[in-house]
Amino acid sequence: MRTGFVLGDNIRTGLSNYKIKLQTENACLYYGKFQALRNITLRIPERSITAIIGPSGCGKSSFLRIFNRMNDLITGARVEGKVELDGQLIYEAHFDIVELRKKVGMVFQKPNPFPMSIYDNIAFGPKQHNRYTKSELDKIVESSLKQAALWDEVKDKLGQSALGLSGGQQQRLCIARVLAVEPEVILMDEPCSALDPAATLRIEDLMRTLAELYTIVIVTHNMQQAARVSDTAAFFMMASDRAGELVEYGSTSQIFTNPRDKRTEDYITGCFG
Amino acid sequence: MRLNPRISQKIAKTVIWFAAIVVLVLLFSIIIYILSKGIPNITWQFLTEIPSDMGRSGGILSCIVGTLSVTLVATVVATPLGVGTAFYLTEYTHESIVTKIIRFSAESLAGIPSIVYGLFGFIFFVIYLKLGWSILSGGLTLAMMILPTIIRTSEEAIHTVHPMYREVSFSLGGTKWQTMIKILIPSALPGIATGIILGIGRCVAETAAVILTAGSALQMPVSIFSPARTMAVHFYILARESISLEKAFATAALLIILILIINIGANILVNRFVAKSH
Repeated sequence: MRTGFVLGDNIRTGLSNYKIKLQTENACLYYGKFQALRNITLRIPERSITAIIGPSGCGKSSFLRIFNRMNDLITGARVEGKVELDGQLIYEAHFDIVELRKKVGMVFQKPNPFPMSIYDNIAFGPKQHNRYTKSELDKIVESSLKQAALWDEVKDKLGQSALGLSGGQQQRLCIARVLAVEPEVILMDEPCSALDPAATLRIEDLMRTLAELYTIVIVTHNMQQAARVSDTAAFFMMASDRAGELVEYGSTSQIFTNPRDKRTEDYITGCFG
Repeated sequence: MRLNPRISQKIAKTVIWFAAIVVLVLLFSIIIYILSKGIPNITWQFLTEIPSDMGRSGGILSCIVGTLSVTLVATVVATPLGVGTAFYLTEYTHESIVTKIIRFSAESLAGIPSIVYGLFGFIFFVIYLKLGWSILSGGLTLAMMILPTIIRTSEEAIHTVHPMYREVSFSLGGTKWQTMIKILIPSALPGIATGIILGIGRCVAETAAVILTAGSALQMPVSIFSPARTMAVHFYILARESISLEKAFATAALLIILILIINIGANILVNRFVAKSH
């Protein structure tokens, strides 16, 4: 793989060589009485890209939102089992949810800059957490936009509305907005599904660069994208009661070339062929 | 018998047009009638003097001041309460029996006749709290009266802000309060302002509730504890007691102009704000 790490056949022993950033153990998610996810056990290694794949409605996005507790916003949503960030249980009552979301940023499906200037979009996160001087904020804005490979395109129009940018630029702006908070993990929920192929490739390049510093978890419907960018892949499917289950998890090369589960193979070949 | 769709369409169109035209004609004939009768009587003296001889001569400066100050008190009190309640209902709580009770109360408050507010204000503010007939009593009574409007319109304005922006703000580690101040209020401001403007309009025009709480004194108010006569009350007394029809029409015309100025001014402010943030 491009990052130079290959997982062994056995997920547990294979991953034990790498520092685990995120981990779930028998995680279940309920929306009221409906069970959306059942017994998900998964370990996500640090500074890598993990792709969550599977058919629509199998709970991929819901699973992603477990890690920054976005499901808390939904009335009746409840998580059981263990969910850990750096070995700390994030659903413990005393866990600081603001600290969690500072460490675990999120990029959404649709590019969604605030109706403000480019500068204010990037400065929004940092301003909520600290008092910065103007020059400190300037630095944060510049470095975040540079990291998101957008600086050269927008440096002369930072005061203009972010809504005037193209879809691909808007999505990179949203990535820069997350980077400005200095996260450790970036969750991406189908970040390219609203973009054209050229913009998609730019985001994928960016993801590879970012994976040297950040742990990235991406939900995608695009099998080629998962194969291109990710180091590890998790295949989810819906059980007969519509609860999402983890079918198979391993290195991306193993999942795509030598899937152990018949259902994974059917899905991957179905999508390619 | 089934009507030919083309004919039924024609009939429907005629009826709808007729309804719209009747409304327009009614509205404009009232405005034009009052302005044409009133404007000739609006003189510099009328605007800058306080009434003398029960309003037969002199101006209505004290009434203009009375109207503006009662309205100001009502708006300053009702806006934070109303907007705060709207945010509580939309952001700080889930739908429950409590929110249903609050909404039901607000809607019931909106249906109470203003004279009943006046009576309550008289008993509670004027007598029980010993505030007397004053700008404060009048303003507080009007604040209660416009509260439901502000709550309702603010709530609707907050609902129209795309839920996505909330999610993004929370995902960046923003708290509910930060999300409200930085994202929701700026986006919902035009709607919230509409509610406040509607409230201001009601305050300026209200008669029954004010006459019982702010009184009908003709002298210039000196503080919020002074009694005051608003323009609407002044108009009512001038017309009801046949004191001076010319002065009554002039007052009414000025009242209409004042409401137009408030509406247009507020619209300009809101539009400027929206243009700045987008």
